[in-house]
Amino acid sequence: MSRDHIQFLLDGELIRERVFDPTLSVLQYLRERRLRTGTKEGCAEGDCGACTIVIGEACGEHVHYKAVNACIIFLATLDGKEIRTVESLGTPHSPHPIQKLLADKNGSQCGFCTPGFVMSLYALQISNIPANPGNVSHALAGNLCRCTGYGPIIEAALEMGENAPETSSAQDLKSLQHDECVKISATIEGENKVFYIPKTLEQLEEIYAKNPGAVLLAGGTDVGLWVTKRHQCLNNIIYLGAISALNILLENAKHVEIGAGVNYSDALPILTKYYPDMGAVMRRIGGQQIRNLGTIGGNIANGSPIGDMAPLLIAAGATLALRRAGTLRTLALEGFFIDYGKQDLRAGEFVKAVNIPKPRPDQRFFAYKISKRFEQDISALCAAFSFELKGGTCTQVRIAYGGMAATPKRAVLAEKTLEGQRWSEENIRRAMAALEDDFTPISDMRASKDYRMRTAQNLLLKAFYENKSGQPIRVLEENLGH
Amino acid sequence: MAIKAAHHPLVHDSALKQTCGAAHYLDDIPEPKGMLHLYIAMSTQAHAKIKSMDLSPVISARGVKCVIGAKDIPGHNDVSPFGGDDPLFAQDIVEYIGQPVFAVAATSRELARRAAQLAIINYAPLPAIIDIAQARQAGHFIEKSKTMAKGDAKKAIAKSRHRTRGTLVIGGQDHFYLEGHIAMALPLEDGDVHIYSSTQNPTEIQHLAAHVLGRTQKDITVEVRRMGGAFGGKETQPAIMACACALAATISGQAVKCRLDRDDDMIMTGKRHDFIYSYECGYDDQGRIAGLSVVLEARCGRSKDLSGPINDRAMFHIDNAYDLPTAHITSHRYKTHTVSNTAFRGFGGPQGMIGIEKIIEDIAFNRACDPLDIRLLNAYGPGKSNKTPYGQKVEDAVIKEILQDLATSSNYRKRRADIRRFNKTSPVLKKGIAITPVKFGISFTKTFLNQAGALVHVYADGSVHLNHGGTEMGQGLFIKVAQVVAQEFQIPVEQIKISATRTDKVPNTSATAASSGSDLNGMAALNAVQKIKRRLAKLAAKKLDCAAKDVIFKDGFLSGNGKKISFADCARNAYEARISLSASGFYKTPKIRYNPVTLRGAPFYYYAYGAAVSEVLIDTLTGENKTVRVDILHDCGRSLNPAIDLGQIEGGFIQGMGWVTTEELVYDHKGALKTHAPSTYKIPTIGDRPALMNIEIWNKGRNIEPTIYRSKGVGEPPFMLASSVYCALADAVSGALDYQVYPALNTPATPEEILRCIEEGLQYGS
Repeated sequence: MSRDHIQFLLDGELIRERVFDPTLSVLQYLRERRLRTGTKEGCAEGDCGACTIVIGEACGEHVHYKAVNACIIFLATLDGKEIRTVESLGTPHSPHPIQKLLADKNGSQCGFCTPGFVMSLYALQISNIPANPGNVSHALAGNLCRCTGYGPIIEAALEMGENAPETSSAQDLKSLQHDECVKISATIEGENKVFYIPKTLEQLEEIYAKNPGAVLLAGGTDVGLWVTKRHQCLNNIIYLGAISALNILLENAKHVEIGAGVNYSDALPILTKYYPDMGAVMRRIGGQQIRNLGTIGGNIANGSPIGDMAPLLIAAGATLALRRAGTLRTLALEGFFIDYGKQDLRAGEFVKAVNIPKPRPDQRFFAYKISKRFEQDISALCAAFSFELKGGTCTQVRIAYGGMAATPKRAVLAEKTLEGQRWSEENIRRAMAALEDDFTPISDMRASKDYRMRTAQNLLLKAFYENKSGQPIRVLEENLGH
Repeated sequence: MAIKAAHHPLVHDSALKQTCGAAHYLDDIPEPKGMLHLYIAMSTQAHAKIKSMDLSPVISARGVKCVIGAKDIPGHNDVSPFGGDDPLFAQDIVEYIGQPVFAVAATSRELARRAAQLAIINYAPLPAIIDIAQARQAGHFIEKSKTMAKGDAKKAIAKSRHRTRGTLVIGGQDHFYLEGHIAMALPLEDGDVHIYSSTQNPTEIQHLAAHVLGRTQKDITVEVRRMGGAFGGKETQPAIMACACALAATISGQAVKCRLDRDDDMIMTGKRHDFIYSYECGYDDQGRIAGLSVVLEARCGRSKDLSGPINDRAMFHIDNAYDLPTAHITSHRYKTHTVSNTAFRGFGGPQGMIGIEKIIEDIAFNRACDPLDIRLLNAYGPGKSNKTPYGQKVEDAVIKEILQDLATSSNYRKRRADIRRFNKTSPVLKKGIAITPVKFGISFTKTFLNQAGALVHVYADGSVHLNHGGTEMGQGLFIKVAQVVAQEFQIPVEQIKISATRTDKVPNTSATAASSGSDLNGMAALNAVQKIKRRLAKLAAKKLDCAAKDVIFKDGFLSGNGKKISFADCARNAYEARISLSASGFYKTPKIRYNPVTLRGAPFYYYAYGAAVSEVLIDTLTGENKTVRVDILHDCGRSLNPAIDLGQIEGGFIQGMGWVTTEELVYDHKGALKTHAPSTYKIPTIGDRPALMNIEIWNKGRNIEPTIYRSKGVGEPPFMLASSVYCALADAVSGALDYQVYPALNTPATPEEILRCIEEGLQYGS
C-alpha cells in the first residue's frame, strides 16, 4: 500500500499536495505557490538563515518545534508535520511580541534577514528554552545579519520573556501520520521524478533494492545543496526521516547507540555528557537550523573529508552498523572511509546506526575545530585525541583528523609514537613531528597546507597543556571541564 | 501633543513590516502575467577571445523565449558609470571569470539556467593578469597613476632621526548584502520600460537602460522601494541585471525578472578593492612624524567602474586624523582580469587610513611608549597646521578631544597595563588592545554629484506624501528625511507617506552613497517643505489676522495672533483657495571645490569623526582570535536620529571587523573566485560580536557647517573604527613575541595570518 500525496499543517490548515516537483524546496513552495514572501532566500545553502521557518513534529504527547532552513529542505519531507512561517505570527497591525520587540529595539535595518531572526527566536520561545545570552547566541548563530552588528537583536531577544506561544495538539499531527509508504511521482519539465517516504526499515529495504541508484535523503543539509547549488536533477529519492527505527538514541552500560537518522541537536546532549569536547565541536557544526536537520548518519555516509563528526567518532572508537536485506554488518568507523567520495557501502546497504563506546575512567578526550570563523563554518581541520593516562603513561591512543587528507583519518604514526610512552612534552613533540609522515594536507580556500600541518601539530601540544592545567585554554569562552 | 521628529530616536519606518515579513523587496512584488526569468551566462575564462559562440541549442531548449547578447543591443553595449568600458554582454573578448556573455529568458528560472549551460562557446585563452604583483610587473594600469604631495616628504624622512618602512597587504571584501542583485522590467506602450531595480542609483539605471536600448531617458522609469542591504555594492553593479531585463522585456514583449543566486552574485559583481600599502615614515625621538611616503597599489579589476574616485579617496585619507608636516602619496590603479572592483562602505577610505594606524603602532613600539600618546602627539588640533596633504583646512579638529574622552571612559590606559601583565603569565593565550581614531571626509569627490531633489505633496486632508532621490537600503534614510518634514510642518511622522524612489518623481539624482543621503535629501526635502510652508503661512495669516512671517508651525497647528488653525484645516482651506500644495525641492552642497587633476582643494564639506578601543584575545598555537570588548565614541554632529545612528555605528564597526578578520576573498591562479557563498566566505556571526560593546554618540558633537539640523553623515565613518581591531590583534601578536617584534600583520587577520606572524616573529626573534 502506498499513498500518492503528502499532508501537513500550515497554520492549522490541512494541506494536501499531490502533483509537485519532489525536489521543490519548502522555500520555493512558500514563496511561489503559497505567495508567502516573508520568508527570504539569501544563500540557498543553509548558511544565512533568511529562510528560517519552524517545523512541528509530534513527539509523544507533545509537539516538538524546531527552526530549519526552508531553502534546502524538500517539500515532500513535510509529510505529517506542521510548519509556521513569519506570516503565521502576526501582521504590522497585530504583531507577535517578538516581531514588535525586534522592531522597537532597532533590530531590523534592511530587514531582509529579519523574518529569519524572528523565526529562530520564535523556535526558542515555543520550545520553552530560556532566552539567556548563551541560548540566544546558539539559537541565532545560523542567522546572518549584515546591517545591525547583532547588538539590538540580542537586546530584543533577552527581553523576550517566557510567553511560550500556543502549540498545536500532538493529536492533530498524529492524525496525519500513517504506516503507508508515500510515493510521489511527477513529470517535471520533462524529468520523471519519484520520491519515496518509507516508514519502516523493511519498506526502505524493499524500495532500495528495487532502486539501487536512488539517493538516500535524511536531513537534507548535504543533498539539498546538490539541487540548490550543483543544480543536479535527482530523479529517485528515498527519504529516511519518517523511519522511526533510524531515529533512536539508546545507551547501555558500555555504549551509546545513535540511529543514523538522529540529528545533531538531538544527539548533542548525550554526546556532550560523555565527551564534553565532542559537544563543543558539535555546537559549532552549522547553525541551529542545520543542527536541527543534519544527521550524524548522513554526515558519515556521505563521506565528506571535512565533516566534523567522523574524526570525533573515530577517536572515540565508534563503530558503524550497516544494514542490507535484514542483515547487519559492523565496521570500525575509520574503515568505512576508503577514499575521497568512496565509502565501504555495498549496493542496497545503508548506515543504520553508530555505536560509541562510553569513556573509560582513565580516558582523556580532546577535540578541536579550526576554522576562519568560530560559528557555522566548515573546518579547515578538525582534530580529536583519545588516550588513557595511567601513572604518566599513555595507552589506547587514538588520534584522528579531518581536513588533513582525502578522508577523515587516523594519524597512525603519531599514535605509535605515543602508545605506551610517557605522556611528556618531549614525546608529544615527537608525535607532532610524526604527523608530517602521517599526512600531506592540501591548500584550498579554507587554509594552506602549511597552516593545516602546523596547526594539526600545535593542537597536540594544546591537548598536552590542557591536560596539564586541567582546563581548556581556548579563545572561545567555553568552560567545559575535563 | 508635542511632535517628536528631529533628533528623536524614532524606529525605522518599515521596522514592523520587516519583522512581520510584510515589507516588499523586489522579489516579493506580485509577478506580472507571463513574466519570464532571465539567467545571465558568465565567462568561464579570465581573459580570452571568443572564437565562436553557438547559441542555437540554448534557443531551442525547453521553456526558452529569447536569448540576448551583444548583437541584440539596439543602443550602446555599455553599462559603465562613466568609463565607457563595461559592456553589458561581452563582445569578442572576455576579461574576467563571471563576465556576462549572453542571457536567456525562459518560463522558469531553472529552465533558463539549464538552457544557458547548452551554449557552445569556443575561447582562445589570452594571458591573464590576476593579482597586484602580476599587474605591477606587467605595468598593467586601468588609468594613470596619481601623486599627491605636501612639502618634501622624501627629504624630511631622510633627515629624520628614526625611520620605519614596510608593506601592508589589505584584503578586499564582498558586500554580502542579504538580498542579492535583482531587477524586473515591464514593457510598456510606445516601447517604454518600467524597471524595478535593487539599486542605490535609480537615475543611473534609467540613463544606462536608455543608452542600451537606444532610447531617451524619458522613456524609462526606474523604481526602488527598498533594498535588502547594499553597502555600495548596488551603486553601479545593478545596471547589469536591470539593463539585461529591459532589453529582454523589449525584445520579448513580456515582463522579465533577473535574480542572481548567491554564487552568481558574488562571482559576477564587484567588491572592495584589495590594496598593497607600502610606506616609509620618518619621525623624531618623541614619535612626531616628520614625513610620510606611501605607495598605494589597488586591484581594480577589468574596468574603471568607480576605481578612479575610490583610489582618490584612499589618497585623501592617508593622513586619517594626523597632521603630516610632509607627505608624498603615489597611487597605482591596476587593471586585472578579475571582476571590476567597486564601491564599498568607505570607498577607499578604509584602505587609505588603516596604514597610518599600523605606522603609529610601529612608531610607538620602537619608542617603547603607548600608541595613544603618539596618536595625540600627531593628531590634528590646536597648535597644528591643520592642513591636509591635499590642502583642505581641517576646521573642526576635534579628534584629540574624542580620543581623550574615549580613553577615559573606556579606562584604556589601565586596561593596557593589565593586558601586559596578563600576557606575562599566559603562555598560550595573549591579549591585545588598541585605540584608533577616524576622520572621514563627507561629500562625493566628484563635485557635481553633490546635489539632490525632493518632491512633497500635502493633500487636502493634511496628510503628506514625501519623495526624494535617496534610496532606502536599511540605513534609515527614509525615516530621517521624514523626520525633517515632520519637524518643519510640525506634524506626526505617521502623517507622512514615505514613498518609493522613482525617476519620474525626482529626476537626475545621485547615488545614495558617500554617507551623504540625509545631508543631501534632508536639505532638498527641507527646501520643498519651506516652499509649501510659505504658501500655507500666507493663507493662515489671513485667517489668523497676522503677518505671514509671524505664523508659527507648532505641534500640528499654525498659530499667530493668539489664534490657531490645525494643519489639516489649513491644508483643506488652501485646496479650496486654489493654492498649490505640492513643491519640489533642491539642494547642492556649498563650499566644496576641488581640482581632480592636481588633487588639491576642498573636496569635503566637512569631516566626521570617531574613535574606538578594541581588546582582543588570540591563541598562539592556532591563530584563532576573538574581539572581546569594544568601546566606541562617535561624532554624528547633532544626531538626526540617535537610534538609527547607533545602528549605523555598530553595524559599520562589525562589518569593518569582518573585513580585518574573517572575510577572505580567495582567487585561484586562473582568476576564479573560490569564496563565492557563505559556506566559504565568512562574515561576522552573532558570536563574533564582542561580548562587551559600549557605543556612544559623542555628546559634544555639532556640525560646524549648516547641514540639516547640524547633523553629520554616519553611513561610512564607523566602518573604519575597526582599524582598532587590526591594531589590537597586532598588539596581541607582539605580546606573543614578548614585545620584541612588531609584526607585519596583513588583513584579513585570519587565524592563519596571525599564526604566520607569530612564527615569523619567533624566527626573527631567535
